[in-house]
Amino acid sequence: MFSRQILGMLGTGFLESIFMTFVSAAFAYLIGLPLGLTLVVTDKDGIRPKSWLNGILGVVINILRSVPFLILAITVMPLTRSVMGTTLGARATIVPLVIASAPFIARLVESAVKEVDKGVIEAAQSMGASPMQVVLRVMLPEAKPSLIVGSAIAVTTILSYSALTGFVGGGGLGDIAIRYGYNRYQTDIMLVTVVILVIIVQVIQEVGMKLARIGDKRK
Amino acid sequence: MDRLEPIIRIQKLTKTFAGAGGGLTVLDNIDLDIYNGDVFGIIGVSGAGKSTLVRCINFLERPTSGTISFDGKDLNRLPEKALYKVRQSMGMIFQQFNLLMQRTALDNVCFPLEIAGKSRKESRVRAEALLELVELPDKARAYPGQLSGGQRQRVAIARALATDPKVLLCDEATSALDPKTTRGVLALLKEINRKLGVTVVVITHEMTVVEEICNKVAVIDACKIAETGDVSEVFIKPKSLAARKLFYPDDVTTEHFINSRCCRIVFDGNSSFEPVVADMVLRFRKTVNIIFADTKNIGGKAFGQMVLQLPEDDTSAEKMMEYLTAKGLAAEEVRDYV
Repeated sequence: MFSRQILGMLGTGFLESIFMTFVSAAFAYLIGLPLGLTLVVTDKDGIRPKSWLNGILGVVINILRSVPFLILAITVMPLTRSVMGTTLGARATIVPLVIASAPFIARLVESAVKEVDKGVIEAAQSMGASPMQVVLRVMLPEAKPSLIVGSAIAVTTILSYSALTGFVGGGGLGDIAIRYGYNRYQTDIMLVTVVILVIIVQVIQEVGMKLARIGDKRK
Repeated sequence: MDRLEPIIRIQKLTKTFAGAGGGLTVLDNIDLDIYNGDVFGIIGVSGAGKSTLVRCINFLERPTSGTISFDGKDLNRLPEKALYKVRQSMGMIFQQFNLLMQRTALDNVCFPLEIAGKSRKESRVRAEALLELVELPDKARAYPGQLSGGQRQRVAIARALATDPKVLLCDEATSALDPKTTRGVLALLKEINRKLGVTVVVITHEMTVVEEICNKVAVIDACKIAETGDVSEVFIKPKSLAARKLFYPDDVTTEHFINSRCCRIVFDGNSSFEPVVADMVLRFRKTVNIIFADTKNIGGKAFGQMVLQLPEDDTSAEKMMEYLTAKGLAAEEVRDYV
């Protein structure tokens, strides 16, 4: 159906998409996880209420989240160039992906950790646990199932963002879909890329849910 | 430890929660001494402030004013780190058990030991011994989600005891359990107090819990301590209205029956098996009317009170009073309230 060349391109695109998505997710979690935990800890009902910090973080996160991803990707291009040396290709796409998804991940982490029973946190405090111990030994392990579900959502969202970057010279399947499907009216290639994306999302979502279920000891 | 020095001393404790309209006072000028080895009940209706009181004892809630001393240390003066250490010598159990749902029973018991910086191996050995103590050695690998309420509370008790605390704080520990399970958990608490010498502070709204295991009781009502003392004393002669309402909830309704001479007999555990009232009636050949009776079995003795309407003629009434007193019962004439 497709030439060897097209198939090779699709294969590369697939790998690039996976690469961008998972590397971006990893970096975004490095920022988003502590950020989300800080939101929970400094909340007015948290274990170390600090309303000014909570307020500032909340506003910054909301601003970043309300900027449309493409606009954000274009806006941060100077930063992308200074970090990666280029604004084109899969590697360069990682910068805007991290910036866009870290605040989103912070909110996912926040809502997962807030689900942890207040009583359990209180019990840990009654045993003399420090705030750090509460975070590391109670909040994170107890919220693990929700965090895993959240990470599946985060990864699939990053994947769809990464596809968008095709418009501004990012790599991966999105780039192929736009260059061949949109610019050159090769609908069949676009369709194939979409199908591949759908399959990737399905797999990530399924694996995430399964991992969460296996890891959850509540039932 | 010196019996004369209270292990927990609460002085002039006031707690106010900030809020709209100037704040809400939940504890008002509380003074309380809890001695080593006591099983101390703090009883009151919902909203009386008991849960806040117990959280002030381990400083989960910081008092607005007043001092809490634990083992001679003023908690207010302790730096944060020292406070964590102090909390390790105060175990706490909760109405909702508050176990870590993603850890096995054994790992739950290990948890406070990890917090205290004990090695994994040492923690496991200790945790296994504690699960033995609470009679759940076979549930070590079970997750809380697989255990019943009573079993969860037993795990919670084992966990609270892991760091060898001097005090065990129980916040409505049996309120979510059925009566049978409650008795089992209370028996366990009593045993822990007796065998390990752990001072137990029991927060409850249920009189039966106090009856079952406490030797001292404080009645808390409307943010204040209404009355405190030995359980038998407070139970026999409740001085405060709050205590009377708690111990004899039906009492108040009998007030309007009193139109002639009545007397209250108090059973203090000495003469429960003698049919005193029946004997008295046979002896004086005058009838009495039992207006109110409420006796309970506490630690194998009968405690409680009975209100009798005495015969109209004064001589018989006097003689009956004398007879009751001679029998070693505390009898007093009551006119205004029962």
